[in-house]
Formats: sequence, C-alpha cells, structure tokens
Amino acid sequence: MGSLVSLLRRLEGPQTVGRGPVFWMLFAVVLAAALAFPTFSDGYTVGNTVYFFVWVFIALSLSLIWGYGGSLSFGQTAFFGIAGYAYGVLTINFGSAYGFTLIALLLAIAIAALVALLLGYFMFFGRIEGVFLGIVTLAVTLMLERFMAQTAGPEWHIGTARLNGFNGMSGMPPLTIPWPGGPIVLFADVGLYYAVLGVLVLVYLALRVVMNSSFGNVIVAIRENPERAEMLGYDVRKYQLITFVIGAVLAGLSGVLYTAWGQYITPSSMGMTAAALPLIWVAVGGRSDLTSTVIGTLAVLAGFQALTIYGSQYALVVMGVLLVLTVLIAPNGIVLGIMNWMARLSSRKKRGGN
Amino acid sequence: MDIATLAFSAIYQFGDAFAFLVLSACGLAIIFGMMGVINLAHGEFIMCGAYVTATASHAGLPLPLAILAGTVVSGLVGALVEFVVIRHLYERPLDTIVATWGLSLIATQGTLIMIGSTMAGIGTPLGSFQVGAYSYSIYRIVLFFAALGVLAGLYAVFNWTRFGVLARATIQLPHMAAGLGVDTRLIYSLTFACGAALAGLAGGLYAPTMTLVPTMGATFIMEAFVTVVIGGADVFLGTAPAAGVLAVVKSAMTSWQGQLFGQIGLLVAVIIVIRVLPKGLSGFVLRERT
Repeated sequence: MGSLVSLLRRLEGPQTVGRGPVFWMLFAVVLAAALAFPTFSDGYTVGNTVYFFVWVFIALSLSLIWGYGGSLSFGQTAFFGIAGYAYGVLTINFGSAYGFTLIALLLAIAIAALVALLLGYFMFFGRIEGVFLGIVTLAVTLMLERFMAQTAGPEWHIGTARLNGFNGMSGMPPLTIPWPGGPIVLFADVGLYYAVLGVLVLVYLALRVVMNSSFGNVIVAIRENPERAEMLGYDVRKYQLITFVIGAVLAGLSGVLYTAWGQYITPSSMGMTAAALPLIWVAVGGRSDLTSTVIGTLAVLAGFQALTIYGSQYALVVMGVLLVLTVLIAPNGIVLGIMNWMARLSSRKKRGGN
Repeated sequence: MDIATLAFSAIYQFGDAFAFLVLSACGLAIIFGMMGVINLAHGEFIMCGAYVTATASHAGLPLPLAILAGTVVSGLVGALVEFVVIRHLYERPLDTIVATWGLSLIATQGTLIMIGSTMAGIGTPLGSFQVGAYSYSIYRIVLFFAALGVLAGLYAVFNWTRFGVLARATIQLPHMAAGLGVDTRLIYSLTFACGAALAGLAGGLYAPTMTLVPTMGATFIMEAFVTVVIGGADVFLGTAPAAGVLAVVKSAMTSWQGQLFGQIGLLVAVIIVIRVLPKGLSGFVLRERT
C-alpha cells in the first residue's frame, strides 16, 4: 500500500508540467470527454480519432529520447515499421484465433526492442553523440525503407506472408480479444477506440511516474551535462540505451496499432517524410514534456488532416514551415510555452491574493 | 573473361563509387567541418543543382556551362538559406538539423507543387566504350576525374587563399580567430554557401545520369551522411579516405549482390567503424570542437 502511494506521488514532479488539483481535474474532464466521445459521434470520426491516438505513442517515444534524453533520433519510424511488419507477418502466418493477435502484438514490439538494443549498443557504447546519432538512425531508417521497397517479387516472403515491396502488406487480422462469449474483434471503430484510449492513458501515466522517478531524473541530468552525470557515478551509456529501448517499444506499439488499425503497412511508413512528421509534432508541442507532446501531436495531426483536403503536398509544405518557425521562434515548443505561461500567470495571481 | 578486363571492371566500379561518394559528401563535409552542423537539406541542394542544370541545358546551354549555372544557383540559394534561417541557430546544432529538415520538406514538396512529379532529363553525353564483353560509359570516367578535381580545388582553396587560411583558423579556434579580427560570421556564411554550391555541382554532374524527381536528393544523402560520419570534419584527411574505403565496400557488395546490398554494406560498415573506432577521425574532431 505504501509503495503504491509513493508511486502515485511520482505522477507529479520536476520533469512533468501540470500539478495540483486543477491540473488533475482538467485531466479528468478531458478523459471523461474522451470516454463519452463515441456516443455522440459517427463511426468514421471515431475510427479517425483512433488513428490520431495511434501516432501519439511514437510522439511520446521521441519526446522521451529527444526531449528528455537529449539524443535526437530519426530512427523511431524504423521501429514503427519493424513492429508493424512483424505484426503483419506473425498474424498472417498464425491467424487470429486463441488471442494470438495480442501475442503477436507483444512479439512484434519485442522484435523492435531487440533491434533497438542491438543498434543502441553500437551507438551508445561507441559513444556517438548529438549530430551523428541522428545521422546514423536516419541512415538505418532510409535503408530499411529501400530494402522493404524492393521486396516486390514472390521470392520475398516469410511463411505465407508476402512482403509485396512498395505496395506493402495488407490483409492481416485486426486485434482480437478472446472472450468466453466469442472473440471481440477490434475493428477501427468504437472497440479499438476504447482499447487504444485505455493503453494511451496507462502509458501516459506510467511515463509520468518513470520520468519523475530517479531514473527520469538521471536521464534529464545526462541531457543537461553528460560529463557531470558520469562523474556522479552513473553509467551514461546504460541509461541512454535503456531510454532508447523504451522509446523503441513505444514506437513499436505505434506501429502495431497502426497496422492493426488499417490492416496494412507500407515501406513509405519508414520514409523520409514519415520520419519527419513525428519530429514536427514533438517539436511543435514541446519535446521536453509529456503532456505538451500529447496535446501538440493531436493538434498538429488534426491541422494536418484539415489541410490535406487541399492536397497533401501543400499540407507538407505548411508542416515544414511550421517546423522551421518553431525552431526559430519557440525552440521549446508552442504548447509547452503556452502551458508555462499559464502556470506563471496563475502562480502570480495566487501571490497577488496573499 | 581474362584478368585484365576483370581488373578494369573492378577499378571502373571502384572509381564510379568513389566519385559518387566524394561528390555527394564534400559539400556536406565542409559545412560540417566548419560549423559542426549537418545540413539535412543537402539532398535538396543537390536536387536544385540538377534541376537548374537540366533547365539550362534544355535552354540550349552546353553541358559544362549548365552545370556551372546549377552550381552557382545552388550556392546563392544556400547563401539565402543561411541568411534567413541558419545564422540564428549557430549556438544550437541539434536545432539546426531539425530546421534544415523542415527546409528539406518545404523544398521537396514545393518542387513537386511547382514543377510536377518529374522533369525531362538530359541524356548521358560522351557515349561509351568497350572492354572485353562489357561496355562502359565515358561520362562515368569524367565524373571520377571531376571528383579528383573537386578535391584538388578544395585543397588549393583551403591552403593557398586568404579565405582558406581564415576558414581554417575559424575551424580551429573560432574565438581566437574572431579576436584577431576575422569576421567569423562572414566565414560561416561563405562556407555554407560554398557547401551548397558543391552540392549543386554534384547535382549538376549527376543530372545527365538520373531521372529528375523532387525526391532525388534522397538518393545521395545516405551515401553522403555515411561518408561524413566516418570521415569527419576534414575533407582531405576525412572525406577522401573514407570515400576510398567505402567505395571498396560498396563496389564489392554491389557487384556481388546488387545495388541495394552495396548500400546495406555501407551502413553496416559505418555502424561497425563507429563502434570499433569511437574516437576515429570524426569523434576526434568533434571532441576538439566542443
């Protein structure tokens, strides 16, 4: 019991914005609204909202690695793709009976984590820093896209799953929960909505706890000054590697959910543009805070989709401009800037009242 | 096939890979060497050079002049980009990467909107010649000598001109150079423009051999990144030897398993090299900068 209380206390802390009853009341209101949302909305909108939620996980992974850890990774889409393809290959081969899709989900994420462990070992134990880290992860991502894009021939298959080159894989079953009264199939609708929302809230709260624990504090200390963290006795490489793997797990989760949501995955989900988009969401939102990342991601995604009506190439130009302007004008992120400003305002009011 | 033709084929493929790596990487390398910044819009400067070269060539300019036009225009665009965006970010290298990625997105999609998904190419000039059972493009050999020419030219500029001396001083100790009256901002601007111009040159030189699409920059950047990561900041001690080593890996893997495996070979080579030689040239130079 005592340990649970101390765990819950970690929901607030120096590494996350938002504390006190006002914040958690707002959180409850937003959560209640999200829970009620499907009852007064149509199936398409609900499915589309799930699509937004799916991307939040990869954004959180980037926030963790880049915002908190200070190492810029362009490789998150690689783990997204690896897990997505792994889910496809596994479920096409073994079907969806006996809840296998859930096992496939875990296996696919484990594969992505394993790749991250291997790549991260070479990078962090090779002490690659800053700029180079970004370049190596980007090179891996682009390579993976090129490799998958050329697997069109019939000789490229794993079991019964054809990789299908540039057109990508399709036809894998959606996530299915085994249930006594018959399995529940989570199509991109209300069912998947509640499942993904539940996972999202859990992941968000868990990350808050982790980042405010001593582990999170060490990660931030490494970002601020790696030498100092090392002098204090922390193995910087190990902490960076663990962060990288956690990030890969989140990106992989995103990839599996995406694949299960649309029942397809293509190599272009690992391309240059796909790799740039999470970066934009996180940068615009505020990379060094979880809440800002979630809000920023959902806001930019909604804006992007609204713009896509005029053609996706125009929307991408706007995204590029948004990214450059954010870096130039609000380097810590727009949402985070607003939240800090509001926090300052309310604390000033309080002080004025006293 | 006898030994001589086999050897020639190997040397030709090595030269081809070497030229590609040097030409696509040197613009990136001098910007990195000077400012410690990786320009993710590098591929788009290459694309710019290729498009301008093709346009000029369609307008009737002879190819060498068209390539020159591509180089100059890319350099000017580079100067503009430096003035508008990059110079505000010198204190924040990671943010510079992110910003240049935004620029790359704008450039790729903007080109797609304005010019369309493809542009009429220009044929490869100079024809081919026969050795043994295979025919080889003469233009590829021109490209190899162009790469050597670029290296020689850069060596001359950095060692024998006033700009080169000031630039090297700025690389070594920026504050000391500034203290001695060097306008380091101007040196940075010129270097960025220079790097963009070299990217344009690469684009112009390769324009006749490729299909011109807005995303063509992506064909170059992986090789360019890899070469710079292994080579580090110094174009002569880093980029050139790195390109030499990687060209062996790439041409061997390519002739063994095809182009894709050539690229995978490069990637694996890089990951191993940075693990085995963490303080290799690049790490050493980076350490000195910070």
